[in-house]
Amino acid sequence: MEKGYLDMELLRFTTAGSVDDGKSTLIGRLLYDSKSIFEDQLEAVEAASRSRGGEEVNLALLTDGLRSEREQGITIDVAYRYFATPRRKFIIADTPGHIQYTRNMVTGASTADLAIILIDARNGVKEQTVRHSFIASMLGIGQVAVCVNKMDMADFSQRVFDDIVAAYKTLASKLGLHGVHFIPISAKLGDNVVERSANMPWYTGQTLIELLESAPIGKRLADAPVRMAVQSVIRPMSDRFHDYRGYAGRIASGVLKVGDPVTVYPGGRQSTVKAVNLGEADLQEAQAGESVAVQLTDDIDIGRGNLLACGIAPTVASELKLRICWFNERALTVGGKYIVRHTTCEVQGIVKSIDHRTDIETLHEEPAERLEMNDIAAVTLKTSAPLAFDPYKQNRTTGSVVFIDPSTLETVGAGIIL
Amino acid sequence: MTHLQELEAESIYVLREVAAQFERPAILFSGGKDSIVVTHLAHKAFYPARIPFPLVHIDTGHNFTETIDYRDALVEKLGARMIVGSVQDSIDTGRVREETGFNASRNRLQTTTLLDTIEKHRFDAAIGGARRDEEKARAKERFFSHRDEFGQWDPRNQRPELWDVYNGHKQPGEHFRVFPISNWTEMDVWQYILNERIEMPSIYFTHSRRVFFRDGQWLAAEPCMKLKPDETVEIREVRCRTIGDISCTGLTLSRAQSPEEIIEEIAASRVTERGSRTDDRRSETAMEERKIAGYF
Ligand SMILES: Nc1nc2c(ncn2[C@@H]2O[C@H](COP(=O)(O)OP(=O)(O)O)[C@@H](O)[C@H]2O)c(=O)[nH]1
Repeated sequence: MEKGYLDMELLRFTTAGSVDDGKSTLIGRLLYDSKSIFEDQLEAVEAASRSRGGEEVNLALLTDGLRSEREQGITIDVAYRYFATPRRKFIIADTPGHIQYTRNMVTGASTADLAIILIDARNGVKEQTVRHSFIASMLGIGQVAVCVNKMDMADFSQRVFDDIVAAYKTLASKLGLHGVHFIPISAKLGDNVVERSANMPWYTGQTLIELLESAPIGKRLADAPVRMAVQSVIRPMSDRFHDYRGYAGRIASGVLKVGDPVTVYPGGRQSTVKAVNLGEADLQEAQAGESVAVQLTDDIDIGRGNLLACGIAPTVASELKLRICWFNERALTVGGKYIVRHTTCEVQGIVKSIDHRTDIETLHEEPAERLEMNDIAAVTLKTSAPLAFDPYKQNRTTGSVVFIDPSTLETVGAGIIL
Repeated sequence: MTHLQELEAESIYVLREVAAQFERPAILFSGGKDSIVVTHLAHKAFYPARIPFPLVHIDTGHNFTETIDYRDALVEKLGARMIVGSVQDSIDTGRVREETGFNASRNRLQTTTLLDTIEKHRFDAAIGGARRDEEKARAKERFFSHRDEFGQWDPRNQRPELWDVYNGHKQPGEHFRVFPISNWTEMDVWQYILNERIEMPSIYFTHSRRVFFRDGQWLAAEPCMKLKPDETVEIREVRCRTIGDISCTGLTLSRAQSPEEIIEEIAASRVTERGSRTDDRRSETAMEERKIAGYF
């Protein structure tokens, strides 16, 4: 058996592109050229292409999910796709790029290590590019691959590419985006996606797949101070494990070691790590990303919603400054009350003020009385109990909150802590 | 972390969220490899405590005996609680009508038995082993998938899932389906089985079986299957790539005797595992229609 299968890495990335930029074609191309498409899928797509009167196989059909969407010919939700190369497994969060789907883009970007931003070579940097880039920046995505697509329709011209790169760099510096890469591609013909382009010898940088295979992974924050939100307490109460009490959770950041002093928030009680368990195994340490059960030396009252921390203390407060994206048809208003979910902890929250709304196509900040679906704004939130958090820039898990409507119980908004 | 460690950690996190957010969850255990992996993950998630929810098996009455034997042994080993919902009972009590004809399958009837079992035991979250890569309609499925009072899935009204926050709040009568291994592929599942040395039902590995050929695939010649006049029974070396009701489980001609060999076989394979299920081949949107009706 080929070695490597068992120790690949995992990269999550998101793709945003407005209708017709070629996003579905690009994803289809990635799946197809990396041989992740099976014969029966290809046959189905060929049949569908024919029944719609197309002569050639439309790779975009590989990724169009639901029938209603297929009928309208647009992508409306976040869809997840998978493919692998011998080095890495990839999870794509495929999101629609139109302004009315800002919330879907935010959702897809929330877990991504990297964002692909598509620009049509004929159109250059547009409002939609600003929007997609703003979201990548807001959601703290560390790597951006700007793919200038449809180069075949721009004579594979280096000048066209260079002009777009220059324009985008201005935007990136305005947004504080780092780790930006530029690749001239043709999704339709495959140039510089998986295969290097023979049409653009002037481009000597990485192909898209090379970039995806080498991009640093994980905002996993192994070097940051330890944070672990307790999901539940494992208490077997069996004869053999009579006194066992394990705090179950996924380590959000840092490396937790047996013998480490920990502080429990809110409250600030202190103890020491006695054991770290994963299933039947006893570990000496566990790092960011791992789901474990932690035993402490002291018998203190800890439950779901508590945060275990080492090193630099999190902020504990009941007034928070957030940037939020609103998801629901029912507008957010000042004074609105919501269930606020922060890690595994739920409190009541009330919106004290909307500090300003951002027009994400012009980046203008403007005053607002209410937030409609897809709006992005800075707000001040007061919570019924103090939360222990970090700024989102430092920690995606302890720096994010979700708003739940107390009457419909739907998820209605997402916030990052400033 | 390797991709398998990362996937495992994510799935364990989701299972623990289920235990914390719901009052009466259950694992839907089909005996297939995916639900076996989910059960294994649940064991790891709550150890040294027992899995804090029962396993539910919807028995179509047309199961491979190997599946049932494996199920009973596993339940015994884990000290788990087992609840069986019987499609035969649903037929006997007139809840559903048995399909007739050569392509008759009890696969579709399962939906009613499943929903009845959920209602009877008042389960508020049913945990399944479905994966997003299995089929196009599943690509947009959430980890916590909200269902209305009728058990239906509304693709337009799903809750956004950001970071690792899952919202399990619900109105009375509503429930959730939860898919902890959403992000796994068939390849990941077998790699994990190999890595963790999970014991599997023998029918996943190549064995001699009485089979017949229909519509481009091999099916098991079991008593519940009616043969057409021109179909003949042969003995072939086969294995299952996915396990469901006998009537819709296509068998793969194979030599794979171990997880390692299965991994090699998948790496070289040119058809998806769903391609070996007759239920999905009925129409382009077959899976989506069954999902909306409440199929897993
Ligand atoms: N010439 C050319 N056409 C492309 C390219 N990529 C996509 N297209 C075409 O642009 C149209 C829109 O592509 P599609 O992938 O459906 O766009 P989406 O709406 O962003 O998903 C289709 O007709 C594609 O065939 C490309 O690189 N070159």
